[in-house]
Amino acid sequence: MAGNQEPLSPRAKLAVTAGRAAAAVSRAAGRGSGSVIGGKVALRLNPDLLAEVAHHLDVILVSATNGKTTTTRLIAEALRANGGVVSNALGANMPAGITSALAGGSEAQYGVIEVDEKYLATVARDVTPKAIALLNLSRDQLDRAAETRMLAERWREGLSGSKAVVIANADDPLVVWAASSSPNVVWVAAGQEWKDDAWSCPACGGVMQRPGDDWFCAECGFRRPTPSWALSGDEVLDPHGSAWPIKLQLPGRANKANATTSAAVAAAFGVPPQVALERMHAVTAVAGRYDVVTYQGREVRLLLAKNPAGWLETFSLIDAPPAPVILSVNARGADGTDTSWLWDVDYSKLAGHPICVIGDRKLDLAVRLEVAGVDFQVCENADEAVRACPPGRIEAIANYTAFQDLRRVVGN
Amino acid sequence: MSDTGLRVVWVYPDLLSTYGDQGNALVVERRAQQRGLAVQRTDVRSDQQVPTSADIYLIGGGEDRPQRLAAERLQRDGGLQRAVDNGAIIFSVCAGYQILGREFVNDLGEPQQGLGLLDVVSRRGEAERCVGDVLGDIDPELGLPQLTGFENHQGITQVGPGARPLAQVRLGNGNGTGDGTEGAWNDTVFGTYMHGPVLARNPQIADMLIKLALDVNALPPVNDQWYEALRTERIASAVQPA
Repeated sequence: MAGNQEPLSPRAKLAVTAGRAAAAVSRAAGRGSGSVIGGKVALRLNPDLLAEVAHHLDVILVSATNGKTTTTRLIAEALRANGGVVSNALGANMPAGITSALAGGSEAQYGVIEVDEKYLATVARDVTPKAIALLNLSRDQLDRAAETRMLAERWREGLSGSKAVVIANADDPLVVWAASSSPNVVWVAAGQEWKDDAWSCPACGGVMQRPGDDWFCAECGFRRPTPSWALSGDEVLDPHGSAWPIKLQLPGRANKANATTSAAVAAAFGVPPQVALERMHAVTAVAGRYDVVTYQGREVRLLLAKNPAGWLETFSLIDAPPAPVILSVNARGADGTDTSWLWDVDYSKLAGHPICVIGDRKLDLAVRLEVAGVDFQVCENADEAVRACPPGRIEAIANYTAFQDLRRVVGN
Repeated sequence: MSDTGLRVVWVYPDLLSTYGDQGNALVVERRAQQRGLAVQRTDVRSDQQVPTSADIYLIGGGEDRPQRLAAERLQRDGGLQRAVDNGAIIFSVCAGYQILGREFVNDLGEPQQGLGLLDVVSRRGEAERCVGDVLGDIDPELGLPQLTGFENHQGITQVGPGARPLAQVRLGNGNGTGDGTEGAWNDTVFGTYMHGPVLARNPQIADMLIKLALDVNALPPVNDQWYEALRTERIASAVQPA
């Protein structure tokens, strides 16, 4: 049974209606889904609107550098076992977009919300969440975002007053640092492939020791906490030590980690891991990612990778060589306009794959691949790239706006 | 230094590699290998000793607190200073550039002693952060083509009499003091605010470092088709925020 369902105040109702009208106009004009512009208008009319639309919901916030959208979706599916869920499933994850999404949830019990890392503290203060999932932190868009460690510090400060249960990745020192100010934390061993943002202890700056799966600072003793949940191969280990098979239709290790965290969140709301994982099994694509489409008679799988940690995980899930690969990179505002991050990605892992590069910054990619000693072909656009690929399902990896461009061309 | 080899050290990547500057090491390695040189690259973490007899040392950019820690540890270690005495070539970017100087301002807002290997002094700029494309004319003595890169820094740097500016800026801020200069260099130590990474955007600078390290005047040419295409595109499209 849903919780407190007081009607919105007249001012709030007006704000929601105006926001919806603006969103409709935005959609009609062909500008995206309209969810962000609607929220911006609504917030201008009533700055407390976010708190108001969240008031009747059990709110779960999800934040990270990578995996927010997928994990939000997995948690939402799991919680639907209990009751209605409203979510910003389209990925608009800053206050305006979040407000817009929640405004549609007057009948829902839960609000499962992905939050951009830079806004977590603000949103947590406004919506008084019951749970906050922290997945990972690594370098991303350094011309726009604050420094990575500073983000962790802001999370830490922002969460210190929260009564929410924090579900946090024990394998990520920056996340552990951020969660360490909260009294109520559930530690999940979700793994961490990309380690290069956490060689310096977030607490004292000492050099982090990282033997095997463990980590600790030799200088100040800051160390990996003991997890109560863990990803172990293809299974989730719960606090009782029971193992539950993860049968995801989403590929790759990172998604198994996301499923593990999602199971831990769902359990906090009384959904048993077996039920939660069964519901997660139904998810086949998230906001177009992992979609396999047919284009010009070729099968193309669409993969999104936005930053070095994301690229590292994506390389580990693509088909083995000689599967053809298309890489597309842009550097528009939403991507971050500095492409230096390409050099933190080990493209030599693509050796043996035929590679076509496209996108606004294909020449940056070309130099990167040249230095990596990997063969490639530069193409003008997706059409040309698909035609140039030798047989086999094409793995198309693109960053944020390049992914959107690609979907528009090849997607359904 | 061996006849057919090149020893490259990447200094403190655990503290100073946030902005893709690992690319500088990758470019130097690759271009040396293409010339038939055996490259031995060592990544020295900040709890390890800096070797004193390598040929080229690369130091990247990073966040403010790691910068302070890097300066302290390098000071204590002393290896980089001895390497310079041994004739090594140092190439530094952004935070790395600042700490090679006489003084810089750290994350605590205090002036901190640098390593004194390059005659520059840095402090925090009062104006907006310098972010955007940069074009510059490199010091003619170095015989290098136009400098193209991307800057992202709050700090600004004054070049002293014991060093020369690396370039005169045509677009962008560079050292940021308003004198139109970018970077600094002396015979064996180079510093720049350019990311990109800078050597991926300016491969002839990488070649210069290799030539200096090997004490040769020329290197066999390599196919620079993609570097040239990238440079042409980047130079044509360079903008700074309004």
